[in-house]
Amino acid sequence: MTTSVDPSTKSGGPRALHSSALARSRWRTAFLLSPPLLWFLVIYLSSLVLMLITSFWSVNNFTSQITHQLTGSNFAQISAGAYPTIILRTFLLAALVTVTDAVVAFPFAYVMARLAGKRAQRLLLGAVLLPLWASYLAKVYAWISILEKGGALNWTFSKLGLPDPNLGFTNGAMWIAFCYIWLPYMIVPIYGALERIPSSLLDASADLGGSSWSTFRRVLLPLALPGLLAGSIFTFSLTLGDYVTPLLIGGSNSTLIGNAIYENLLNGGNLPLAAALSIVPIVIMVVYLTIAKRLGAFEAL
Amino acid sequence: MRHSRLSRTALWLWVAAVLFFLFAPILTIVLFGFDKSNVETWPIQHWTLHWYSVAWNDPQVRSAFALSIKAAVASTSLSILLGSMAAFGVHKARFFGRDSISLLLILPLALPGIITGVALNSAFQWAGITLSVWTIIVGHTTFCIVVIYNNVLARLRRTSSTLLEASADLGASSVQTFRLVTLPTIATALVSGALLAFALSFDEVIVTTFTAGAQNTLPIWIFGAIRLGQQLPEVNVVVTMVVLLMFIPILIAARLTGSDNFAPRVAATRKVTTAP
Repeated sequence: MTTSVDPSTKSGGPRALHSSALARSRWRTAFLLSPPLLWFLVIYLSSLVLMLITSFWSVNNFTSQITHQLTGSNFAQISAGAYPTIILRTFLLAALVTVTDAVVAFPFAYVMARLAGKRAQRLLLGAVLLPLWASYLAKVYAWISILEKGGALNWTFSKLGLPDPNLGFTNGAMWIAFCYIWLPYMIVPIYGALERIPSSLLDASADLGGSSWSTFRRVLLPLALPGLLAGSIFTFSLTLGDYVTPLLIGGSNSTLIGNAIYENLLNGGNLPLAAALSIVPIVIMVVYLTIAKRLGAFEAL
Repeated sequence: MRHSRLSRTALWLWVAAVLFFLFAPILTIVLFGFDKSNVETWPIQHWTLHWYSVAWNDPQVRSAFALSIKAAVASTSLSILLGSMAAFGVHKARFFGRDSISLLLILPLALPGIITGVALNSAFQWAGITLSVWTIIVGHTTFCIVVIYNNVLARLRRTSSTLLEASADLGASSVQTFRLVTLPTIATALVSGALLAFALSFDEVIVTTFTAGAQNTLPIWIFGAIRLGQQLPEVNVVVTMVVLLMFIPILIAARLTGSDNFAPRVAATRKVTTAP
């Protein structure tokens, strides 16, 4: 047995090396991940938890100090009075904006991905990305200028001999502004999803006798769905939490959840109520994200 | 899919209409910056450069601008550090909950911004921290990290590990490999991520409202001016400048990674479509 080498010692070397390399890489990963994770844990997640707790606190009416005693009064307050209407309005507007943007974006993204040549494709992508990165307030302000009484829309209508639409400072104005601001967020992921579909699939559908409509409905649309959902996460979430656009371009009936939070926190000094109101969009988004994830939207993000 | 002439025309007309919808409002705002009148009415009657000099000499605009730049530079720098660390950590490692990290980092952008704002505000109040430029920076960094992280991670995933192995085989130390191989490979992705983060921070208003104290960033100044209906001709000019200032980093960022992000995928799709 002297000539044979013990198999355990033979393979022991590399295995030891392997495990020490593994330990080193573990340390490396821990070193790299701890600062960003700590930042998120200490600053972001703990703030979210604190906000959740704050939503069960209340404000003393006389001293305007926060009472650190758990109560459900904020949630009782939210479920009565004007708040249910505000929440419903916000939800419906977010849904309407999402659907409108999806309808406007889809044909555009389709042309980008399937009809345009390589050069046109890049130009169109640039044309979508530039407005996406144009200042948010610039875009809101632009629509105020266009929709108000002396604006370009009324002028165009009067030139065409039509009555003034006078859309400025209404819910309609808010809808248009939101659709405009978030449209690029919808186009880009749909484009991404459509561009990845191999043409052979669409050809196969046509070869097998599928009409354009059934190819669209049964091949194109299901394959583009993750992109559509990814875009809708943005349009829906961004509308759900906005308070700037409704405040600037909306009318007297345009109060959204965001405005209620803003008012209660910055003008009313009622942080607990504002925190409780903030839970509403979180719950809506968590439900939405769960559904979107199940339908495969995260692969297209 | 086969398209009739009619449906092709209709689709391209739709594209033209959407392009008009995307660009006409921005153009309107730029034009109104040159409107002589105090009160905006379309069409513009008389032109002037007067409002540009008014905005340029406005001390409030100047200090708001300075604060915005300060906040954007600081939060971008912090994001570069934290975002690339997270990207490197996630890239090589295989461990439980790896996907949760991506989800966690994107959360401040996926959840409505007002949530981040209220959460941070309640934490600052609870901890007794006075709102200042630092609280603005903390808020901005929190949602900018993911931009760097995504950009760097995407580049790392596309980079072949054989490059690093070759460098090690040729006797380079890990520091040398990082400096001579890794850093040059991710440089453009890092710079483009930084430019996007800068633009994101420079334009932010939803979170900033809740993390800024008495001091104004440029977007907060604009928000206030529009709301009060004051200095509106000046707002046109300031807003135009913000758009221009954001386009510059975005265009550079697109040049740096644009072809990189899209060309291979486009090429791959084309390959599939031309294969017999």
